[in-house]
Amino acid sequence: MAASDFLAQSTVFLAAAVICVPLAKRLGLGSVLGYLIAGMLIGPFVIGFIGEEGEDIMHFAEFGVVIMLFLIGLELEPGKLWRLRKQILGVGMSQVLATAAAIMAVCIGLGLPWQTSLAVALALSLSSTAIVLQTLAEKDLMQSEGGQNSFSVLLFQDIAVIPILAILPLLAINAAADPSQSSTPIGELPVGLQTLAVLAAVVIIVLGGRFLVVPLLRVIARSRVRELFTATALLIVVSIAYLMQVVGLSAALGTFLAGVILANSEYRHELESDLEPIKGLLLGLFFIAVGASIDFRLIAASPLLIASLTFALMAIKFTVLFIIGKVFKLAIGQNFLFALGLSQAGEFGFVIFSFVARQNIADSGVISIGMAVVALSMTLTPFLFIANEKLIQPRLCDGTEKEEARESDEVGETNRVIIAGFGHFGSTVGRFLRANGIEATFLDNDPDRVNFLRKMGFKVYYGDATRPDFLLAAGADKASVFVSALDSPELNARLADTLRRFFPHLEIMMRASNRYDAYELFDMGVENVYRESLDTSVKLGVDVLKRFGFGAYTATRAGQRFVKYDETAVRELAAHRHDEKEYISRAREAIALQEQLLERDMSDKTVSVDHAWDSEPLVRGFGAGE
Amino acid sequence: MDAIENQNMRRILILFAHPRLENSRINRQLLVRIPAAENVTFHDLYENYPDFDIDVEHEKELLLRHDVIIWQHPFYWYSSPPILKQWIDMVLEYGWAYGTGGNRLKGKSIFNAITTGGDAQAYCPEGYNCFTVTDFMRPFEQTARLCLMDYLPPFAVMGTHRMSADQILEAATEYGKLIESIGNGEFDIEKARGATYLNEVNGEVGKRGKGKDDGGF
Repeated sequence: MAASDFLAQSTVFLAAAVICVPLAKRLGLGSVLGYLIAGMLIGPFVIGFIGEEGEDIMHFAEFGVVIMLFLIGLELEPGKLWRLRKQILGVGMSQVLATAAAIMAVCIGLGLPWQTSLAVALALSLSSTAIVLQTLAEKDLMQSEGGQNSFSVLLFQDIAVIPILAILPLLAINAAADPSQSSTPIGELPVGLQTLAVLAAVVIIVLGGRFLVVPLLRVIARSRVRELFTATALLIVVSIAYLMQVVGLSAALGTFLAGVILANSEYRHELESDLEPIKGLLLGLFFIAVGASIDFRLIAASPLLIASLTFALMAIKFTVLFIIGKVFKLAIGQNFLFALGLSQAGEFGFVIFSFVARQNIADSGVISIGMAVVALSMTLTPFLFIANEKLIQPRLCDGTEKEEARESDEVGETNRVIIAGFGHFGSTVGRFLRANGIEATFLDNDPDRVNFLRKMGFKVYYGDATRPDFLLAAGADKASVFVSALDSPELNARLADTLRRFFPHLEIMMRASNRYDAYELFDMGVENVYRESLDTSVKLGVDVLKRFGFGAYTATRAGQRFVKYDETAVRELAAHRHDEKEYISRAREAIALQEQLLERDMSDKTVSVDHAWDSEPLVRGFGAGE
Repeated sequence: MDAIENQNMRRILILFAHPRLENSRINRQLLVRIPAAENVTFHDLYENYPDFDIDVEHEKELLLRHDVIIWQHPFYWYSSPPILKQWIDMVLEYGWAYGTGGNRLKGKSIFNAITTGGDAQAYCPEGYNCFTVTDFMRPFEQTARLCLMDYLPPFAVMGTHRMSADQILEAATEYGKLIESIGNGEFDIEKARGATYLNEVNGEVGKRGKGKDDGGF
């Protein structure tokens, strides 16, 4: 492809997305539908900016699904996955088997041979991971019961793709089908060795994730080249996808597993924030490609047939899912979310259909109709979500169900306190909080320190705390207090700016190394500023007073008063320091401020005197026998 | 070893509370006269706990090691300075000092040694303070009783606003002698129970308390 072609095509794709997605969002349709519409518009049947290459783009963009599964794995610690095992096997397997059986029965009823019927049924029984998970995440429903079950089903379907692709060649009507089409390089090996290779690949991912990837990330992090970290994250995902392809497993499944392995690592949030935009772009591209692939000519030729087939497909899938939801005791509102959400056919449908075409299992007419039904049902899905939200849910419940789901999400593992900087200052704050039962999430950008502290059982994440996406990944949207223990005033200023812009609900508590940093932070509107040079210096001063015969209590009170006085003074001086004149240099400004301060100390009597236990005025007043 | 020398020897713990000793006229003098004996422990609460963070275990240990406890403090606003209340709140734990199983202080004697600005006449129904010192001491008395301790009348240096240096010295000497006699067992605790002030018990009934001045707090 010529470079100009590439640029022209990119322009078309990006422009379509940039125009359609915000419009769709504004209309309350969600981003997925926006991408799909964009795809239809630029596709060969409407404006025709792009032609048949849409399918290649779809294959390329499917990689977005792979990254998405990796990111989902990152959110899911091994323990949590293990707890989901019954759901994945129970709900997932019954969905695939029951749906496939039902569709196959219908196909046979329509007069298709049983082999074709089975292939079509298997292709259509799978749902769209990309659309469903993206929509659930966008609507913040991933943690709800229906969302969790949807996820379990989708995960099982990803696993099911492997045996499906394995048995399809056996269905070939025309024995002349080319066996070398079986695409995996290890396809020719004996079955025993194949199994062994598959097991080996899984072991490689598990062990590699544990013992290779984390140390590698540590080295990369230490180099402090940001894009290198992104490159490494991509390398991990791509290489696992490749490995999976070699042994004939689903790439999405492999990266998902890798994600789960890395979910406990300190780089989790950094990986998330690095891959998130790439995933978003690729998924968007994927949805556009799906939209572009809808064959409007075919639909126009037999609209009734395709419409009724699509409707029948979704009705069958919905019914089966709804019954399963009932059996597994989903609340009715959650069950609608679950059953409606998964009632479309998915991107694996395209894969299986094209595989089926190569294997001569079905004739091309059936396949193109099947493809159209898949694309159409995917396009309808966002509308179903909207219908569920606007029409069905309000009738079923008064929204309490969703609230409950959100609450449990918060209790989960996001801490209410985030501490940036795990040096001596931050770790002291953290230890103190932990000693009092408050767990904090720590952010630090020194990989060695992060590594060391994780060994000591602290929840520390590697990353740049001034980046909004990293903060979001670390749970800044759910936390209530943000402590900055960073020692660099520049970083603190940037952090304060980011926090106030993106997370205005957070209470910010910030370390300042001296009064000049404090002035800057006050200027930026940070209210809670803690000067590291205040309390400790006064404490030392108090001990000096004791050496000079001051009572311990008197000295302590003097210290307390001085700290309070100084807290007030620093705020007042911060407000007035720019009044008098422009200072040529910061150093001169500092000297001038120091002078003002000393003057104030001398004139303010409250610093040193209190009258509580002075007996003289008392004696004078009471004494002289009035 | 001391116990062998004198079977009646008592170990005394002085819990001292004055927020600003350096400005004090009377209490500083009283401290000077406290005998520097092995069986007398002087414990300055404000000096040891300037941030009011009382070491409860240490305080309990001290209590267990002594027979007679003295709460020595100026009589501020008809009571003690706040750290002594903090000490009472923190140290006299339920199940240890009182309540179920709380009998660790049983049988110990305890009293207040106070300094008041007003003289004895101010502390009576006709005086401007309206109540007697004994009345004002009720919370301490009942605290001690609940802890199964033997509460004795206070040692009181009264009318301090008008005391001359000689009078202060005299009071301090009296205080020192009281502690000494309690310590060596000569002091008659039985006799003390009936008195209004411990000052009376050793015979020299608070001469100064009968002064004519009507000032002071």
